[in-house]
Amino acid sequence: MSQSEREIVIPSQFLGDSNQFKSGRGTFIENGKIYAQIMGILQRNDKYLNVIPLKGKYDAIPGDMVIGVVIEALGSSWLVDINAPYPALLHVNEVPWNVDFNETDKYLNMGDSIIAKVSQVDTEKKLQISMKDRNLFKIKKGTIVEIDSSKIPRVIGKKGSMIQLLKKYTHSRIHVGKNGRIWIDADLSNTAKVIEAIKIIERESVSFGLTDKIESYLKQ
Amino acid sequence: MTLSPVIKKDFLLQLAKQGKRADNRNMNQYREVKIETGVIDKAEGSAKVMIGNTQVVAGIKMDLGTPYPDTPNQGVMSTAAELIPLASPDFEAGPPRENAIELARVVDRGIRESEVIKFDELCIVPGEKIWLAFIDIHVIDYDGNLFDASSLAALAALLTAHVPIDQFKENLEADAETCPEIKTYLEQHQTNYPLPMRTPPISCTFVKFGDVIVVDPSLDEEDIADARLTVATDEKGDIRAMQKGLNGSFTPDEIKNVIKEAAINGNDLRKKLYESIQ
Amino acid sequence: MKSDKQLIDENGVRQDGRKPDELRKVTIEAGVLHRADGSCYLEWGGNKVIAAVYGPREAIPRHTQNPLRAIVNARYNMAAFSVDDRKRPGPDRRSREISKVTSEALEKVVLTDYYPRAAIDVNIEILNAEAGTRCAGLTAAGVALADAGIPLRDIPVACAAGKIGAEEQDGTFTGGYVVLDLGKEEDNFGNADLPIAIAPRTNEILLLQMDGHLSFQEFEQALEYAMKGCHDISKIQKEALMKQYHSKEGEGQ
Repeated sequence: MSQSEREIVIPSQFLGDSNQFKSGRGTFIENGKIYAQIMGILQRNDKYLNVIPLKGKYDAIPGDMVIGVVIEALGSSWLVDINAPYPALLHVNEVPWNVDFNETDKYLNMGDSIIAKVSQVDTEKKLQISMKDRNLFKIKKGTIVEIDSSKIPRVIGKKGSMIQLLKKYTHSRIHVGKNGRIWIDADLSNTAKVIEAIKIIERESVSFGLTDKIESYLKQ
Repeated sequence: MTLSPVIKKDFLLQLAKQGKRADNRNMNQYREVKIETGVIDKAEGSAKVMIGNTQVVAGIKMDLGTPYPDTPNQGVMSTAAELIPLASPDFEAGPPRENAIELARVVDRGIRESEVIKFDELCIVPGEKIWLAFIDIHVIDYDGNLFDASSLAALAALLTAHVPIDQFKENLEADAETCPEIKTYLEQHQTNYPLPMRTPPISCTFVKFGDVIVVDPSLDEEDIADARLTVATDEKGDIRAMQKGLNGSFTPDEIKNVIKEAAINGNDLRKKLYESIQ
Repeated sequence: MKSDKQLIDENGVRQDGRKPDELRKVTIEAGVLHRADGSCYLEWGGNKVIAAVYGPREAIPRHTQNPLRAIVNARYNMAAFSVDDRKRPGPDRRSREISKVTSEALEKVVLTDYYPRAAIDVNIEILNAEAGTRCAGLTAAGVALADAGIPLRDIPVACAAGKIGAEEQDGTFTGGYVVLDLGKEEDNFGNADLPIAIAPRTNEILLLQMDGHLSFQEFEQALEYAMKGCHDISKIQKEALMKQYHSKEGEGQ
């Protein structure tokens, strides 16, 4: 899709007929016609009409890597805020430690941050997360920045180009959660640089030439 | 309840040890302050203040009333604050809770005790009829430091407010027939006139986290603060009101330093305030 | 007996110079608040309204949760300084009624099935009031919902029409003009007020209230005026939403 074709649509905007196209993400069908249900960028993928949101709450999908903040340690689980419309449950069976009943607060307590994965979303949108993978862990240092989850793809960039750029110029470890949270581990001045770069990306997420702009900022 | 991760607090403390703040301000620097007056035409005076992303609207409504028995020759003022649910995901609808009440009372004290409003000029008939000034503070976007934003908004609204003679003229003229004092008052004040005010003290709010004290706390800084201190100073640098908040503590030296910084910042804000009401 | 307020003259010109089918000036700005998930500032004649959306978020208390869909809670509130005689802070019965009919109107256009057990909280604050605040509030709420990225079938919009200038004789009213968008004096001294809210794509009526006196023909004309008013304002809502992004796109080039 070329630059000049980036079209922004609004809710209730007519996109196409359902005998020609298929209703994809961010769209709905009514009386054989496909409409946008959110504000976003229209994207045609094969026969699918999708609307990529410009703004909105994180929609948890199993397999997503997320950064969570523990709300409460319960008897055999923890309640975790993952910046979604609902809190997520982390069960003692889903962590790398051997946790006895009622000993949950010895491992994770209110305010602790974790890198986790969404394991299950049921029909009532009850969310479960897991830390059972080797690349998932409890965060011990660094800091967390939060942006609108719909802007995360820009922070990652095409094939990871933007995040590679950020890591390269600031010698930092960066984990980008799909839920709009980003963990940065670096010295203070590099952390400040990454935070500022993320702020620029968030502000100018719909602009073209963003990668170049960020590169010139980081080079300073 | 939006929860702040513990490592964020550690990060801010580390920055503070190096004399830095997350938004690159120095310890005694305010965010951008914008003051706009006359924003609500239904009110007798109004102002919108922005400090960074925090936004507060204040409105002044005047009414006729009776004085308090112990101050028969003085007008009356009353301050209310609403932390409306619009302003933050953590504000709930309902009657004001302690935070809103503390906010209103602190703003009120900064204005009342220093007699910023010339109350004796708001008396129509001693012991019987005076002007009531209602200050209503409406917080619409909460991003830290409601005390200073609310206080500035209330002052800007008061400094540009008028006594609404025109609106109450019929009412007063009817009473003037049987009351000579009202007749004299109306002869002296035939139409709307500016609310009589004195140069106000300006309040500045500081928070302490770790061993560091900063002015004009951002939302993140308020989240990790141990203690908070608001100091209102006048043009001479004298102290006119103070309020310590939160469950941490200050040393006497810390308080003295805060007072000195408050006087400096207060003067800057006062200049800004007067520029905005030109 | 003629009423002592002449709201409309023989040429059909209203007190504020408008024609019977003319709207007051409306300006809309989206995304004006930092903390809210979606927001809108709207001026309509002398009305100044701000709307903010938080959500979807878990509905609390838990007993209010619907396991199948989200609930939409609209809260309409007037600031103490928004009216001539200071209004005591807090919801009065009028505000609670408006909150209820607004919630019901919005629920019809929000795709609530996506968010079981959740709440979408819509807050409407009237900062300066000058007739037609519930329509201004709902219109602002529509923009705030779209700004927040809440999935919608349509962007709701509201507008009122009414009747003014009827003359009374022995308890019966004669004459009078059906007019669009009652202004302040017209609201106080008019003969009928009909606020409506619609989903502009399908013309479904989401909110409708009426008080006063209208013949069936007058009602039809008032409804027609109000619907056209809604469609005109719907254009302004959409421009406001688009404006936010077009200005940002330009910066990159």
